[in-house]
Amino acid sequence: MSRVILEVNELTTNYVTRFQEKIYAVDHVSLKVKEGRSLGIAGESGCGKSTLALSLMGYYFPPLHYASGEIIVDGQNITGMDPDDVRRTILGNEISYIPQAAMNALNPTQKVINFIEDVVQAHYPKTTKKEIYDLAAERFELLGLSPKVLQKYSVELSGGMKQRTVIATSVILSPKVLIADEPSSALDVTSQKMVIKMIMDLMEKGIIKALIFITHELPLLYNVTDDIMVMYAGQIVEKGTAQEVVFDPIHPYSKALMGSIIVPEAGLRNVKLTAIPGTPPNLKKPPAGCRFADRCRFVMPECRVMSINLREVEGGRAYRCIIPEEDLRKAYENEE
Amino acid sequence: MKHTFKQIFRSGKFIVGFVILVAILLTVLIYPLLIKYPPLDVVSRGTFLPPGIYANIYDSVDSSTRYTLILDDAAAKRIDSRLTQDDRLAMQKWLLAAGISQDEINIDDTAALLELWANNFDQTLRIAGMTNADRNYYIRLNNSLDGLMSTEALILAAPNPESGALEETGIVNQTDYVNVGQVPNIRVLPLGTDNFGRDVLTELVKATGVSLSIGLVAGIIATSIGLVLGLVSGYLGGFADDIIMFINNLFTVIPSFVLLILISFSIGQEERGAFVIAVVIGLTSWVWTARAVRAQVISLRNRDHVNLSKLSGHSVAHILMTDILPYLASYVVMALILQISSGILIEANLSIIGLGPKTTEVPTLGLMMNWGMIYQAHIMGKWWAYFPVVVMIALITFSMNLMNTGLDQVFNPALRD
Amino acid sequence: MKSDTEILSGKGLTKTFGFGAQRTVAVDHVDFSFKKGEIISIVGESGSGKTTLAKMLLGLLKPTEGEILFEGKPRDIRSYRKKKEYWKNIQAIFQDPFSSYNIFRKVDTVLLDCIRMRGGRRLPYEQKRAMMQEACSFVNLKFDELTNKYPFELSGGQQQRLMIARIFLLKPKILLADEPTSMIDACSRATILDMLMDLRNEIGMTPIFITHDIGLAYYVSDTVYIMEHGVFVESGSADDVILNPQETYTKRLLNDVPKLHEEWDLSTV
Repeated sequence: MSRVILEVNELTTNYVTRFQEKIYAVDHVSLKVKEGRSLGIAGESGCGKSTLALSLMGYYFPPLHYASGEIIVDGQNITGMDPDDVRRTILGNEISYIPQAAMNALNPTQKVINFIEDVVQAHYPKTTKKEIYDLAAERFELLGLSPKVLQKYSVELSGGMKQRTVIATSVILSPKVLIADEPSSALDVTSQKMVIKMIMDLMEKGIIKALIFITHELPLLYNVTDDIMVMYAGQIVEKGTAQEVVFDPIHPYSKALMGSIIVPEAGLRNVKLTAIPGTPPNLKKPPAGCRFADRCRFVMPECRVMSINLREVEGGRAYRCIIPEEDLRKAYENEE
Repeated sequence: MKHTFKQIFRSGKFIVGFVILVAILLTVLIYPLLIKYPPLDVVSRGTFLPPGIYANIYDSVDSSTRYTLILDDAAAKRIDSRLTQDDRLAMQKWLLAAGISQDEINIDDTAALLELWANNFDQTLRIAGMTNADRNYYIRLNNSLDGLMSTEALILAAPNPESGALEETGIVNQTDYVNVGQVPNIRVLPLGTDNFGRDVLTELVKATGVSLSIGLVAGIIATSIGLVLGLVSGYLGGFADDIIMFINNLFTVIPSFVLLILISFSIGQEERGAFVIAVVIGLTSWVWTARAVRAQVISLRNRDHVNLSKLSGHSVAHILMTDILPYLASYVVMALILQISSGILIEANLSIIGLGPKTTEVPTLGLMMNWGMIYQAHIMGKWWAYFPVVVMIALITFSMNLMNTGLDQVFNPALRD
Repeated sequence: MKSDTEILSGKGLTKTFGFGAQRTVAVDHVDFSFKKGEIISIVGESGSGKTTLAKMLLGLLKPTEGEILFEGKPRDIRSYRKKKEYWKNIQAIFQDPFSSYNIFRKVDTVLLDCIRMRGGRRLPYEQKRAMMQEACSFVNLKFDELTNKYPFELSGGQQQRLMIARIFLLKPKILLADEPTSMIDACSRATILDMLMDLRNEIGMTPIFITHDIGLAYYVSDTVYIMEHGVFVESGSADDVILNPQETYTKRLLNDVPKLHEEWDLSTV
């Protein structure tokens, strides 16, 4: 059994608004990513997937606050560590994070290599420029980027190129975990593919040990990650392998989500798309019972009062619903 | 809308600025109701009376009720006010020069000092190194020391209308007092009088009011011109834009202050009222507002909500009024505040160089500075004639700029800290 | 639904921006013929000129060259009155619902504008209200809850549905939908598409989708136009173009999209 790179236990974080209201955007989330595996997080906008990405780094700044739970990176518990220590020793070294607008991180008045020098020297102040250049050139070559890029200014690069440059920079110290939050959503399909290829290369070439990939685009997630976790209103509603979650979802929400996928493939033209009525609950006052109850087709009175836990199913899958797996499957079959 | 107001009044900077400005406005409005002296009345003969309470001597002496108070330090205070520490040191210096030994002189013992002085002072004695001015000073000092130690009463006398001889009408003892409340004529001049002998405080309040209205008129004119031209040139583009931008560029390259000086000068001293100056300032300072509004309109006119409004069949005027203007409103309010405060400053600038409103009708903050400068208040150390004006100008512009910064932080959340 | 009557067509339609060395051709001599009742998709990546084309079709941008024919006759929108007349026939839904509404106007004024556009300015308020209620219930919104709200208080999906309610009231012959679902969630996307299709059946309009999502184009449309650098590189029925692409650009585009049942070939970048 390979070792666990990232382990998160019952992590809860919240936003505090200016009116001192708390918004529980990540609510008791647990996950485990083993060496060489990639985990995808799917969900609609506002479900807390981006907040989860921020929370996983263990580096909190207002309005995001840590509430409870623990984060263990390769055996090292980083919860409760001093934020400055987290920034100096964990970020970039152990965990790297790429947001959607990462490409805007490049300073237009500096060359790419200066940006890389900043990153490296922030962690290892004694490294010389020559060493950094050699390291960067080697790494860029390995990832299929020309080392010439290092001498360019960000305005000379296209959007996809900038994004790849930033990703290559963010893993320059070979972190164990890479958290990518919609890294390709702002790009054209062609650039998106290049960015994805690069991230896959990082895994294959062993530069990173584990990947957490967040997107609302399910076909992309299916193609990139080994496991998928579906989030709804700050909670995990289903997890399993990509194959299982996409083609055989258990939870009614995942089922609906998978039913709304559109891909340009034969035979998918006349399939009726699934629509979910209603809107997600207000996370300032989350409902007592199941958070999906208001929009669920199978809702029962108990759903609204009982707090529902994640149910483990054979083979490492889990879902959050009080209806047994078999009953849900039967209901889906009858519909077809 | 309500929410925006709530936000604005949560901004500390805005509140501080707002409170200062409201306090100034209230003073301008309430002060004339309480103190009804005309602001430009000449109240004193002689210029630059220092700040203080002026009680009429005739009324005090003539007061029917006179009180006797026995106060121990009265005599000492009286002597102190006529024989200052400097005078004592000067006396010591003269006495030393006249050959009196250091040990005999005690400048703190008034009686001993005066006696020593009376015995030794000789105005005909020539001391080496003493200038004529110094000698005159000592003569004056000697005369003023006469009767300093006397405890006798002063006699009041009036000439007899028939014989012309002085007749005693009353005695003022050193222990006689009058209750200030019972003196019918007292004038408080908290900031003294200016070069013409006018009450500076009353004048200052009036001037603040006039300057604020000059700023307001100038600000409204400049902002409206800038807004209209900016909207038209930004939204219509093409030929209208070219013409408006041409005029705008012309005004930009000619420094507006130079323009202002030329216009002011050509209007002539007689025609320049406060209102005319305000209009002239307004007409020359719309340039940057027009530019900024134009830039904002250009970015707004291609937004989807404007396209949607077009598709809904709205006319250009309707689109400008409902789809463009409300989005600019916050910017326009901030521009207006800045224009008002800069209008006040420009008026002050103009007046200082003597091209402000004519000097006979109303005071303005700039005119007061101008008067203070011409009559050399700053050289003579008559701080009350110009310093309160400077503070007032600073307070007005400070409060407005503070309000503006506060608004900026509300409207551009990126600037919030 | 599809007929052979031409509703909108263009010949040599061109739009250039800038002058001299700065001159860029956004749309380059494009010819097309949209038939009444068919569902059309124009697919292109960012910078392909699809949005410029859409704006020209809507009459928001003036073509540099070429002409647009509406119902077989050259389009004339030179005066404000004629433009207004044209906009009764062609309407649009924009990509970003959050920037499509004037944030200072309430929901009912948006809908009242549409009634006024259809010549209902003098109708009694009760009748206007009934019309607005009908439009809102068509898109599953409750008008009575919306009257005093501002559009930005609604979710993205609700705003886009309100946009459809607007179209319901306007009943145009052509609807240009510029990326109508790219900013909203997958689950709301299905709702929006369903409503657009229902609306098409109800009022018999011709929808034109402008999108970068080739999957969406395949899913909704009868005819697909693939646009690259201002020209149509390939067009035809959805099945022909998507399942049997002839042009390398179309093939590349299809190849670059992640799919569910086919292996996503990452080696071809």
